[in-house]
Amino acid sequence: MAVRDTTAPPAARAPHRGLRWLRRHLVTLAGLATLGYLILPNVVVLVFSFNKPNGRFNYSWQRFSLDAWRDPCGVADLCGSLGLSLRIAVWATLGATVLGTMIAFALARYRFRARSSVNTLIFLPMAMPEVVMAASLATLFLNMGIQFGFWTILIAHIMFCLSFVVTAVKARVMSMDPRLEQAAQDLYASPVQTFLRVTLPIAAPGIASGALLSFALSFDDFIITNFNAGSTVTFPMFVWGSAQRGTPVQINVIGSAMFLIAVLCVVAGQLAGARRKRS
Amino acid sequence: MTATEAPPGAPAPKAEPLAVRTPPARKRLVPYWLLLPGLLWLLVFFAAPLVYQASTSIQTGSLEEGFKVTWHLATYWDALGAYWPQFVRSVSYAAVATVLCLLLGYPLAYLIAFKAGRWRNLVMILVIAPFFTSFLIRTLAWKTILADGGPVVGALNALHVLDVTNWLGLTEGHRVLATPLAVVCGLTYNFLPFMVLPLYTSLERIDPRLHEAAGDLYARPRTTFRRVTFPLSMPGVVAGTLLTFIPAAGDYINAELLGSTDQKMIGNVIQSQFLRVLDYPTAAALSFILMAAILTMVTLYIRKSGTEDLV
Amino acid sequence: MTRTAPPHRSGGDVRLEGISKTYGSFTAVHPLDLTVPAGSFFALLGASGCGKTTTLRMIAGLEDPTTGTVALSGQDVTALPPYKRQVNTVFQNYALFPHLDIHENVAFGLRRRGIKSVKKPVEEMLDLVQLGPMARRRPQQLSGGQQQRVAVARALINKPEVLLLDEPLGALDLKLRRQMQLELKRIQTEVGITFVHVTHDQEEAMTMADTVAVMNGGRVEQLGAPADLYENPASTFVANFLGTSNLIEAEVVTADGEELLLKAGDAALRLPARRCSAPARPGGKVLAGVRPEKVTLAHADDAGSLPGGRNLLPARIKDAGFIGVSTQYVVTVPGLGELAVYEQNIERDGRLIPGADVVLHWSPAHTFGLDAAQDIGAGADLDEEAA
Repeated sequence: MAVRDTTAPPAARAPHRGLRWLRRHLVTLAGLATLGYLILPNVVVLVFSFNKPNGRFNYSWQRFSLDAWRDPCGVADLCGSLGLSLRIAVWATLGATVLGTMIAFALARYRFRARSSVNTLIFLPMAMPEVVMAASLATLFLNMGIQFGFWTILIAHIMFCLSFVVTAVKARVMSMDPRLEQAAQDLYASPVQTFLRVTLPIAAPGIASGALLSFALSFDDFIITNFNAGSTVTFPMFVWGSAQRGTPVQINVIGSAMFLIAVLCVVAGQLAGARRKRS
Repeated sequence: MTATEAPPGAPAPKAEPLAVRTPPARKRLVPYWLLLPGLLWLLVFFAAPLVYQASTSIQTGSLEEGFKVTWHLATYWDALGAYWPQFVRSVSYAAVATVLCLLLGYPLAYLIAFKAGRWRNLVMILVIAPFFTSFLIRTLAWKTILADGGPVVGALNALHVLDVTNWLGLTEGHRVLATPLAVVCGLTYNFLPFMVLPLYTSLERIDPRLHEAAGDLYARPRTTFRRVTFPLSMPGVVAGTLLTFIPAAGDYINAELLGSTDQKMIGNVIQSQFLRVLDYPTAAALSFILMAAILTMVTLYIRKSGTEDLV
Repeated sequence: MTRTAPPHRSGGDVRLEGISKTYGSFTAVHPLDLTVPAGSFFALLGASGCGKTTTLRMIAGLEDPTTGTVALSGQDVTALPPYKRQVNTVFQNYALFPHLDIHENVAFGLRRRGIKSVKKPVEEMLDLVQLGPMARRRPQQLSGGQQQRVAVARALINKPEVLLLDEPLGALDLKLRRQMQLELKRIQTEVGITFVHVTHDQEEAMTMADTVAVMNGGRVEQLGAPADLYENPASTFVANFLGTSNLIEAEVVTADGEELLLKAGDAALRLPARRCSAPARPGGKVLAGVRPEKVTLAHADDAGSLPGGRNLLPARIKDAGFIGVSTQYVVTVPGLGELAVYEQNIERDGRLIPGADVVLHWSPAHTFGLDAAQDIGAGADLDEEAA
């Protein structure tokens, strides 16, 4: 047996301890710096939600105030637009998740002709700048004489969320052991029962992440909505408009609240999951 | 034992007709039924509009008289001639932002995948949660952060960073807002999660024992990264760069909110042609040029990086 | 250890008639007839890709046969989907449902058949496989051996007529595998269900099964009781795949009466005519086979004192490996190549070291004859491969 020479690569000369520490943790520090860059605007949004600006714009710090938090809907149309955005996001998520999951199952489970064309058609919307899709779809609606509004926004949102759901669900279904479904069939589960009791629960994390992504994409979408909303104002449209007219503190309140609710939901979910695992 | 093997080559036992079973037609149609609604949706609301757009781009006319297909291809030349600076700007801003995203995002993805330990979920949440604050609000926050005379600009000034960026033509004078730097910074910020998440996904799949094996085979950490980790994370790098570059090249929000008229990108032009000037043929032609340019670049890039199974 | 044995219930028989499976131009299983008697422990043995798993899956209904029929307890079930067959499978790598705990995994089949009170039978079954306290764990939290027992419990609780086992022990380490072999055999004897067991491990098949079918290239090469297969292999594949065989090419000198006289190189060998599965005419070729443990080594100096009437071959020791109960020799026979000899370590002869000249001798009754038209090396070194 060959004995490995542990000194084979000549030991680098020992640098200063601090330097060595820095070198060892360089990746961690860089990662944390990036994380800081990602979080900084959220911190600013949160801090400025307690601001009491002097003019119409909430860009520089004046003094602390809870006014906006006490009255988050105190600006005309703000909460209306928020409600509309949430409504669209829910329906778009539902539509995209159902249609996308069906496509994902077809792609992951069946061999059929035109498979690669279908794959391309799914991939293209993700490889297309939003502004191109937005302008094209708006051209179609204009030419068809369709009234812009809730429905056109919903149609557009389902369209661009669809591909993301397909990708998420397909990955999950493809990594699933086909023997699990065979085992279910072997254990007297009919095809329908197999799907409901085994396939669906195991694919659920993929479906859930696709749905979550759809919700976030739809709720936050501006470009496609901008082209296809007509005079309907969603929350991002409201913020866009306010960037021109003057930014009410309330948008910071809503933004921060959404952020905190999201963090709390995920943390609560994690804790619940950890507890269930432990017991 | 009553078992016998049918001797090879012998006629099928009992001369029973060979009942060859094929799945019933109903079963074979299942994938098509599953595909139908979703694909129809994409065909009607994604593919058909692109065709419509193509026909619009070769129409002439006015809002009052209506537009007609006249095969007026000159629209393309005129659009390119008038707006080539915005095209160049879009591609270069997006390219710089993509590189910055990769440089910034890789350590973060690496941190989550290998170093975060029990903090992994928390860091993940912090990467994803900003999505829930409208990105327009977050982009507006950069206006505050980069405000003239604010602490960030002050610090950059004191450290002579602005001198360097001025020399590079990224900034002008003692301000960051309304300069290319602000727009690139906004683009980088906006699409960073789209880089981090695919990177994390592909890094997370790497068996940590591969690092140990590389170390065992005399690779220093840097070599391990270059020869093992990075090549294995290529699918993430490719996906991440695409998910960053494509939307960044078509973006108009950062240029609008953080830039001045000198930083307008092609997205801004399309938006204003379509929604304000109402010159639909020009907007359509510009979208088509942008789409063609991006699809070409993406195809070449995917070819070159050899990960065609991405789709 | 306390057990509550489930109610005794005899299994059903499995009858395959002309069953075959082709995928495109590839034939996984050639038309084959097979009957597995009720209550027996039947093993399908073969290397990976020999069609054994496909055969099993056709019995389970997970694979549609291209031709032929499957009958369980006399009833044709060929057209029935898996969920309508009184057959359960222990899958390779177990296929336990990751989203359900152990209790729910075991209860799955009962619930699907509309049985409401599953608590008691599930607990009894988990006790039978000694996993009572694990009921609320998830499969991922169990060790390989525990998962294996859950898979068995999940199948057995349904009291199937036939239990199909697809490489059930493949993922376990050697010691655990031995233990589970005995355990499975015990369960089979206890519940009396017909077991059809697919494996690539010849030792496993011989330890557990009453009847072994050796499969190769989509066909059953030979079928019989383990000892019968071992002593009387009908093909070079079986001879090499089940244990080790020395196969010697020989020419038939005389072929009348009880015994064939063969000529191998310069040596004369005798072979009982009833142990020769190949047609033998004088002047024709056969393969003379003998198991390594049937052969005795004598130092060349003692050649004169050997008893008469034995097959003799002069040789030289090339290599000797001591493995405790026995010593395994590789010897070179001039003109015939290398042979293997296993000697019990009873009285070790210090002269039997590599380089020594020896004489191999064995009783002619231990010789078997095979058709020389076959590949002499078929089946050797295959059993180590994972299926």
